[in-house]
Amino acid sequence: MIGEDLSIVLPELLLAVFAMGALLVGVYTGKDKTAPVMLWVTVAVFAAFAFWIGATGGDAREAFSGTFVDDAFARFAKVTILLSAAAVLLMSEGYMARRDLLRFEYPVLVVLAVVGMMVMVSANDLMTLYMGLELQSLSLYVVASLRRDSVKSTEAGLKYFVLGALSSGLLLYGASLTYGFAGTTSFEGIIEAASDEPSLGLLFGLVFLITGFAFKVSAAPFHMWTPDVYEGSPTPVTAFFATAPKVAAMALFARVVHDAFGGIVGDWQQIVAFLSVVSMFLGAIAAIGQTNIKRLMAYSSIAHMGFALMGLAAGTVLGVQAMLVYMVIYVAMNIGTFAFILSMEKDGMPVTDIASLQSYSTKEPLKALAMLILMFSLAGVPPMLGFFGKLYVLRAAYDAGLGWLAVAGVIASVIGAFYYLRIVYYMYFGEERDGLDTGMSPVLWGFLVASAGAMIVGVVNLFGLEPIALAAAQTLVN
Amino acid sequence: MDNLLSLVTFMPAIAAVILALFLRGDDAEAQRNAKWVAMAVTIATFLVSLFILFQFDPNETGFQMVEEAEWLLGLEYKMGVDGISVLFVMLTTFLMPLVIWSAWDVTHRTKDYMIAFLILETLMLGVFCALDLVLFYLFFEAGLIPMFLIIGIWGGKERIYASFKFFLYTFLGSVLMLVAMVAMYSQAGTTDIVELLDYEFGSETFNLLGIQIIGGAQTLMWIAFFASFAVKMPMWPVHTWLPDAHVQAPTAGSVVLAAILLKMGGYGFLRFSLPMFPVASDLMAPLVLWLSAIAIVYTSLVALVQEDMKKLIAYSSVAHMGFVTMGIFAANQQGIDGAIFQMLSHGFISGALFLCVGVIYDRMHTRDIDAYGGLVNRMPAYALIFMLFTMANVGLPGTSGFVGEFLTLVGVFQVNTWVALVAATGVILSAAYALWLYRRVVMGDLIKESLRSITDMTRREKLIFAPLVVMTLLLGVYPSLVTDLIGPSVAALVEDYELAVTQYETATQFAANEGAGQ
Repeated sequence: MIGEDLSIVLPELLLAVFAMGALLVGVYTGKDKTAPVMLWVTVAVFAAFAFWIGATGGDAREAFSGTFVDDAFARFAKVTILLSAAAVLLMSEGYMARRDLLRFEYPVLVVLAVVGMMVMVSANDLMTLYMGLELQSLSLYVVASLRRDSVKSTEAGLKYFVLGALSSGLLLYGASLTYGFAGTTSFEGIIEAASDEPSLGLLFGLVFLITGFAFKVSAAPFHMWTPDVYEGSPTPVTAFFATAPKVAAMALFARVVHDAFGGIVGDWQQIVAFLSVVSMFLGAIAAIGQTNIKRLMAYSSIAHMGFALMGLAAGTVLGVQAMLVYMVIYVAMNIGTFAFILSMEKDGMPVTDIASLQSYSTKEPLKALAMLILMFSLAGVPPMLGFFGKLYVLRAAYDAGLGWLAVAGVIASVIGAFYYLRIVYYMYFGEERDGLDTGMSPVLWGFLVASAGAMIVGVVNLFGLEPIALAAAQTLVN
Repeated sequence: MDNLLSLVTFMPAIAAVILALFLRGDDAEAQRNAKWVAMAVTIATFLVSLFILFQFDPNETGFQMVEEAEWLLGLEYKMGVDGISVLFVMLTTFLMPLVIWSAWDVTHRTKDYMIAFLILETLMLGVFCALDLVLFYLFFEAGLIPMFLIIGIWGGKERIYASFKFFLYTFLGSVLMLVAMVAMYSQAGTTDIVELLDYEFGSETFNLLGIQIIGGAQTLMWIAFFASFAVKMPMWPVHTWLPDAHVQAPTAGSVVLAAILLKMGGYGFLRFSLPMFPVASDLMAPLVLWLSAIAIVYTSLVALVQEDMKKLIAYSSVAHMGFVTMGIFAANQQGIDGAIFQMLSHGFISGALFLCVGVIYDRMHTRDIDAYGGLVNRMPAYALIFMLFTMANVGLPGTSGFVGEFLTLVGVFQVNTWVALVAATGVILSAAYALWLYRRVVMGDLIKESLRSITDMTRREKLIFAPLVVMTLLLGVYPSLVTDLIGPSVAALVEDYELAVTQYETATQFAANEGAGQ
């Protein structure tokens, strides 16, 4: 029995063992000198695990008396998390090495965070959920303050920790209420208790749980930490925050509302729709005044989470499918954009001021073009993939009778288009003046161009993502 | 050939990709190569598109040369043309070589300029060929990107304000259409335009937030589509982006904008609003007719006081587009025939007028009317060509401008005499501003010192105008070239429309009688 259970959690187990092994190797050998090797090995391990998990299929399997589930939905999220984490790690090497930040703990912490995320998306019990969430969060707090001698970085770490702890507290309170009123922590038990006429206490528990998730996905009005943490953390870490943890938190959100509270869609739908509309508008409006590209991307991610939540708010198979597709497209766009931001340097020093992009297109036409494609894609202008992501969630929302949410969403997307256009404006219409350094490491260049290319080429068939996302959504919603 | 439409549509884009990837450097040779590649491709596109015209059977009212393939999200990649769209395809392919040629003297980032126009051509052709809602939207919206860049990079002093205004204004108009499209998909279960044309959207009155919506779902969708097309057209009072965009855009950009991009709005009305939401169109027609009449008179008056030549022509474009919307929503054979004819003719005439401004702007670098006067003394050929297009703009019989205006007025007269009366005064006003412009720029003595050494048009410039002159006169004296092609498709459209409207009216009357009976 235990053997069977272990075989189901084998990927997580092996990754955790790998993390501990890497930690020991790092401590007992050359410490930070081993960091580059360790980083590359980690990337290879991530890629291999993504392939492994992606290749295995089959029905949903439960382990440890139903507290851990391995189904198509979890696998979809895990592959996305692993691949995006691998991409971000790969991108960070050059940046970290040049700024003397490449400590061997960095890849180890990322691995631990990823293990946490994988547990999160497979959670089928409030206890597993919390375990995964905390493993992820604690690793992320440390990574945020990786630059120990920078006030901003430590501030980011501390802020993230305090607000994250608050959100964990809210979540735990929600979990305890749910347990108290449902009499069980397992999702199968909760869904039985939470059908037709749920008790008021259970609804309170649900609200607190959702509040906790909203913190983790940085949905307004629980977004306050995002801009500061994005700005303060070293840029590769920001890129990591913007991708894998968002996918994990969003998947967890979907898992809980559907697997544990799938019987009372109407009750959480309004909350999620509210979070969605507030996030979309706040992300769009607050980003207008930003001059720091990392803060801008923070608000951009808030707005994008709003759109992803729109899919979730639908509460249907199509909605979850739309949310998954949206998240994958969002991650792909963000990896390209952050590859560019990582390369923004002036005299060897990183810059984050948007105005430094002045007349970039005359010096680096191809990279500027790639960035232009990514910006229009983020804004949701066809024919880029970003538009199809939006179309997906709009359709899911409309079909679920949330027409007003769809209208609000498109209006927010027009407001949001302004600041993406502003970046294009600096790159293409700006006056000639000495701007950024030219040149870019081949890795970053590769990610930037591949991501931009995918935004165009993906229009043909979305790289076959649709049926996979559909299968994943179907296992979740029944 | 099965893929003729796709071939024509994507040829320019493929050339643009090749230019972007393989042409390096920005020296004189690279610039020349970029121009020649763009020129060759646009001409080739035009020649291939002639096959569309030859294969097209005007007597068949359905879609022809249809291509179909499955696409993501349950959508379809579907292309096809009917009598309404085939001429817009031809207009686009016909004008693009001239546009490229008119941009021959551009030296600032020539390669990028050519790429932008080639991409734009693909997107414009795609709009007219697409037979899937989302595919249409994709081309329709994507066209904003190259135009945004064309205005923003190669435009005048206030280009940044103009480009942002252009983009955000039209984007806001269009996103509501996207929601309506999602709603249509949801209700009809398909995004295939051919099937949607046969689908009847609900027209039962219902309450939304306490407001009674007569015409029901159709009205809401109609309004969403109207928001998009009215901005694109542009109709009064949402026309204000156009003068800014026109004034700041480079000459070639203005030509494309006036000659082709504005026609997408009219095409949209004909493809979506009228046939898919006939009841709502019928209910809203008086509003549109009056908006058009106001547009014609108001923008003509505004044109009278302009001091910038491009702005004047931009306002005159808005006025002429007023005739188009008026003709479309008269919803009879003459009105719609006239509207399509007016759009084609305006494509040639406004394009030529912007080129005329470009000719002297290239020489004097100003568009102020006050800076000119007496050009006829030094530029006789220019004076002649400018006069021809001024007259065509006024709608002189014998030019294509007359036919369009006359047909739309005939169409609208049968529906609403008062609107026709008001609109007809616009014809007089257009004569006033156009002739006055001509008088101030070309006639009189050459007293301005700066104009003493101005030279007449070069051979390249003359040759650019030649095809436009031919088309303007040809369509002016032989309009059935166009009306024979579009006639059957328009007749079918009008017939379906009237049938749907009559059905709705009988139904509501029946309901009213029933209510009275009880």
